[in-house]
Amino acid sequence: MVNTHLKAEVRSLSFYYGDYQALKNVTMPIADKEVTALIGPSGCGKTTLLRCFNRMHDLYPHNRYQGEIILYPEGRNIVSPEVDSIEVRLRISMVFQKPNPFPKSIYENVAYGLRVRGVNKNSFIAERVEKSLRGAALWDEAKDRLYKPAFDLSGGQQQRLCIARALATEPEIILFDEPTSALDPIATAKIEELIVELKKEVTILIVTHNMQQAARISERTGFMMLGELIEFDQTAKMFTTPAVKLTEEYITGRFG
Amino acid sequence: MPEKRHISTQYERELQEIKENIIYMGALVEQSIQKSIKALVIRDSEMARQVEIADDQLDSLDVAIEDKCIRLLALRQPAAIDLRFITTAIKINAHLERIGDMAANIAEKAIILNQEPALKPYIDIPRMAEVASLMIKESLDAFVTENLELANKVRRDDEIVDNLNDQTFRELLTFMMEDHRNIHRAMIISQISKTIERISDHAKGIADMVVFMITGKNVRHESISH
Amino acid sequence: MDTIGHTIRKNKFFNGVFLIAGLLSTFVGLMLLAVLLIDLAIDGSPRLTYKFLTSFPSRFPEEAGILSALVGSFLVLLVTTGAAIPLGVAAGIYLEEYAKKNLLTDIIEINIANLAGVPSIVYGLMALGLFVQVLKLGESILTGGLTLALLILPMVIIATRESIRAIPNSIREASYALGATKWQTIQHHIVPYSTGGILTGIIIGLSRAIGETAPIITIGALTFIAFLPSPPVTAEFPFLSFKWLWDPFTVLPIQMFNWISRPQHGFQLNAAAAGIILMGMTLIMNGFAIYIRYKFRKKIKW
Repeated sequence: MVNTHLKAEVRSLSFYYGDYQALKNVTMPIADKEVTALIGPSGCGKTTLLRCFNRMHDLYPHNRYQGEIILYPEGRNIVSPEVDSIEVRLRISMVFQKPNPFPKSIYENVAYGLRVRGVNKNSFIAERVEKSLRGAALWDEAKDRLYKPAFDLSGGQQQRLCIARALATEPEIILFDEPTSALDPIATAKIEELIVELKKEVTILIVTHNMQQAARISERTGFMMLGELIEFDQTAKMFTTPAVKLTEEYITGRFG
Repeated sequence: MPEKRHISTQYERELQEIKENIIYMGALVEQSIQKSIKALVIRDSEMARQVEIADDQLDSLDVAIEDKCIRLLALRQPAAIDLRFITTAIKINAHLERIGDMAANIAEKAIILNQEPALKPYIDIPRMAEVASLMIKESLDAFVTENLELANKVRRDDEIVDNLNDQTFRELLTFMMEDHRNIHRAMIISQISKTIERISDHAKGIADMVVFMITGKNVRHESISH
Repeated sequence: MDTIGHTIRKNKFFNGVFLIAGLLSTFVGLMLLAVLLIDLAIDGSPRLTYKFLTSFPSRFPEEAGILSALVGSFLVLLVTTGAAIPLGVAAGIYLEEYAKKNLLTDIIEINIANLAGVPSIVYGLMALGLFVQVLKLGESILTGGLTLALLILPMVIIATRESIRAIPNSIREASYALGATKWQTIQHHIVPYSTGGILTGIIIGLSRAIGETAPIITIGALTFIAFLPSPPVTAEFPFLSFKWLWDPFTVLPIQMFNWISRPQHGFQLNAAAAGIILMGMTLIMNGFAIYIRYKFRKKIKW
């Protein structure tokens, strides 16, 4: 069933890289504890939109937001300059395209988000590391090598470690930026399984190039092109009877 | 289908092939109906046997088309219009196969009737067959050209055949009441009439699927307004 | 078919020609180095004794040693290290992580690259003007160390920047995405992951500094010193003394230079022996740099 309870809401959001407008007046709801997928051709702005949610664009100069992303329950605009980007990132985690564990031990990777928050109590950290690794379905594979370098893990395991790292701080939203594009089909299936499992606890926003992946794991899908949100609807509807011709052309592979 | 072509020309070709196979199958089915009715009207048992042979060809086409559709579903993971096109194609295929069986059934009955003297000249039955045949043709045209208007016309035309069937049945009843020796032939003719009525139901089924393919809306169990 | 065979044979021929030419060129470099080392070894090795290392310079070649030069070189390098590491690393981090990309940083960047190519004697002249005459630091170990620090500063900055740049952006983003501040990211990730490269740069810089003569002479280092600087550790509180910073000094290359300019053959042999020590120190430092790089590369592979 469709969830009407919102976790966030994008309202007339535009985004500029210097003079270049990468997002044009995007409006879309993000339902609570659901998977929302963003699809679209390369350069359509889907990753740009995703990175607005944790203010990653603040890291680079000449980037500018216009419009709002309202985060519920308190209804605050998280792209407003008055809101500290660090605070936003403490609440909204991200998993990147390529697995990017730190060159530290598995344990330290997962614990890092807590350390940044000034958590020093070892028993608490250890507990949270185990919980997160379990949450990311990595505990059984990692429990005997917690203090070994994270780089010793396989690609798929590294990505699950990154998910555990994102989980450790108990975020409200997790952003996934094409999380399986560097993985083989089996590792991909595991991550997808995991995402479906995670949505019981957390709201998920995922950018993917793989339309079937969006179809498999998401409740709602947004199709973007040239910085605009062309269509946003329930995933099942988007993949059987999209309302907009452009969407249909894209998802049936008639794009070019 | 949208004007833009698939990036994969192979995929495009495969979809096109399914479409062409269905048109071909539709043409064979129409021919079978016409031949079976003609065999009945001009009392030509040889022609009736040709229809039964043609049915074998329809059966193998049925299997071939379904194979192609399943292959595409498995290999291309079609979405949106392509998905609706392929599910529609699978259903149309099944409808056409059933219609083919029915034409063969009519031909079989014609052979039986040809062994007895004619009960009466056929007037309504050829008319019914003509309408049903046209419905098949138009529903397939609507499928190929994605013509919603035409599909809806076919869905309405179903009633014409229904009415003719009722009329035929009443007429046959009078023959049966007149003379009980007519009952056997009248019953067979009544079955033929009913079969044609079923054929038009299948044509309507095809048109329903075409509406689904074009709009994504399922209208199979809705009554349509006139 | 025949023309293809011909082309392949022709290409293979040129392949072979280049292989031989390249090999010969490499040998020329290696042979020169070998001849130099062997010559040094033949001349200097008879003088390489414990006494040579522990004696002060003398008017008699047989009595002369390199004690004051060795200690001087060591202390100067200590000052150089102490000054160049914090300055160079901080500048490198600033330029990579903090500085906005604009005209000013472009100019700074070009200047740093140019500084690395400035002849060392120019540094000496500048140090003479700045440290000796303006800041009145005297012709001391401090001045010498700071001068060499300036000399290797561009190398340290460039090494720092390069090893920071080798850290993939995805690591920074991973850290920021977890809510880390800029300083936390630098402290927990940037500095630890670039330590190998930075250390390598520093050591290679120092191994260059140890052999520098011109700037040291320019600032007025003595050539004949028969005493050691004041000891850094004292018997009374606070047990540490920095008085040595202001003491006059000499360094190994200057000692060599001094001996070479003497007419007696014995001093030439002394110079060769000191040369062996200098070469040995340089090689050991470079070897250590390679070892560090290897070790860190094994630990961190992006």
